Amino acid sequence: MSDTEHDTTDAAGDMDAPPVDIHGCPVSDSRGQVVVHPDRDRYVDVVKALADEGYAMCVDLTAVDYLEYVNRPLPPGVAPERFEVVANLLDITNRRRIRLRVQVPADDAVVPTLFDVHPGTEAMEREVYDMFGIEFSGHPDPSRILMPEDWIGHPLRKDYEVGQIPVQFKGANS
Amino acid sequence: MISSIRDEGAQEMRARSELTARELMREVGAVLRMSEAEAAKLGDMPEDPDEDQTMIINMGPQHPSTHGVLRLMLELQGETVLRCKPIIGYLHTGMEKTGEQLTFMQGGTNVTRMDYLSPLNNELVFSMATEQLLGIDGDIPERAVWMRMLLSELNRMSSHLLFMATNGMDLGAVSMMIYGWREREEVLRFFQKVTGLRMNHNFIRPGGVAADLPPGWRDDVLRLLDLIPERLDEYDVLMTGQPIWRERLQGVGVITPGEALALGATGPILRSTGVAWDLRRDLPYLHYDQVDFDVIVGSYGDAFDRYAIRLNEIRESMKIVRQILDVMPMGDYRIQNKKVTPPPRARIDESMEALIHHFKIFTEGFKVPEGEVYVGIESPRGEVGCYIASDGSPTPYRMHVRAPSFVNVQCLPHMMRGGLVADAVAVISSVDPVLGEVDR
Repeated sequence: MSDTEHDTTDAAGDMDAPPVDIHGCPVSDSRGQVVVHPDRDRYVDVVKALADEGYAMCVDLTAVDYLEYVNRPLPPGVAPERFEVVANLLDITNRRRIRLRVQVPADDAVVPTLFDVHPGTEAMEREVYDMFGIEFSGHPDPSRILMPEDWIGHPLRKDYEVGQIPVQFKGANS
Repeated sequence: MISSIRDEGAQEMRARSELTARELMREVGAVLRMSEAEAAKLGDMPEDPDEDQTMIINMGPQHPSTHGVLRLMLELQGETVLRCKPIIGYLHTGMEKTGEQLTFMQGGTNVTRMDYLSPLNNELVFSMATEQLLGIDGDIPERAVWMRMLLSELNRMSSHLLFMATNGMDLGAVSMMIYGWREREEVLRFFQKVTGLRMNHNFIRPGGVAADLPPGWRDDVLRLLDLIPERLDEYDVLMTGQPIWRERLQGVGVITPGEALALGATGPILRSTGVAWDLRRDLPYLHYDQVDFDVIVGSYGDAFDRYAIRLNEIRESMKIVRQILDVMPMGDYRIQNKKVTPPPRARIDESMEALIHHFKIFTEGFKVPEGEVYVGIESPRGEVGCYIASDGSPTPYRMHVRAPSFVNVQCLPHMMRGGLVADAVAVISSVDPVLGEVDR
């Protein structure tokens, strides 16, 4: 791992240990992958700072609805909320990845857009809005992308029912 | 007026007069290099056309050159494309929601249907993410790893061969369509022999692969490797050197490295701009660090570069396949971990426990420890990633697939801007989107 370039407050100098915080945000290690947990207010600033460090590409942006899974492992100092916006950044110069998980409360599901830092998140943020109902403030085109415009509800929320069509088996006695 | 005949409202392209500066900035692609004030100035440039001189038309969703159900709204002035907005979602079937209902055992059947032209790569990334969550990613038997590499390289060949076919067809080389499909069919015939299916294999599964290679597989692969290079040389004669082909592609749909990086484009689109980024080499997975191959890079970022990159990637894949044939070890093809591996068929007949075990694994699935993980690999279209969050149950709490085509389609407005409407077809074709994966 080449995480040693981050400002780390870890004075132990242990090269293998992940840094304790990155740009003042708690860091956790998930199966060897570095995860940063910024809060909503600092989210864009952290992404900007990471972009300056070389994470020039936002490969993926998605969200998770943790309605039914509240007690998930989170580093100390991070309060669980219903939604999480997950952004995966890629540094193609130093060949490393980093992931950001931002807690988003259900009653105020608004996150600042990453569009100004990484324009490629435009479609992904629209998809998250469409599927989870999380709004991205400052997004240039806040509309649904996969579902029809007049669709009611946000399908990937956990309280959204799965539609089912009963399967009919031919020749079965009913 | 355009606004009165709209049927889907905000998703569609707005008339020029209704646009805000920020929206225009996004649509014309100036967003990457200009401030909002500069873009606003751009909005009332003298050469900015009057709205009654331009026309907004739909290309697709039922259009033979849009590779499925991609719909583009184009604002045209004469033959020139001023703006373009891709509208997607016509093939959306909620596969990520479905993925939350299926166990990790069944999940392969779901993800394999996303990018239906490279199903094995999708299965591979899903399996790798599951294995990382299980903590068994280092214990996969060698033969399984090399088999996965063999299949995913052959899949890259079949996918690029299909690109050759559709690209040729879109640009008027109709005979190329037949040739491309013909060669792809040869590869699919091998897949059918190995996996039982031509597409949507569900062959690469968490823990290894579903079955061992059939007898005679080596001869089949060697026959493929003998056959396809000649055919690729024929493609060179038919297309690469032809002045008409070059005229249609060179300088069309140009994208710069900065734009490609900012838009998150990966795969041949990024490499066509000169950025040598290939996950197989740069963040190696499986045993790609043990084989020798070149990363093909273009220099102009145009449609011809993207064509040439794919053509030569077929050759590189064949190079890798040859090396895999040399080192393919004997041994187990799936991990012998009772937790994730069903017992062999023969044991079921003689052991009650094996039968119960088999039944439980296929009905309940196996429990995957809590955690979340993102794995990205190089599919023929770019980085296909899988983000899985598990709550410790046998089904993923959230399964997200980062589809390369979904992101790459965002490049279309930037590539088409200022081009001719006839070139729009060439540009769509060179991005090579698979709509099953765009809409999921």
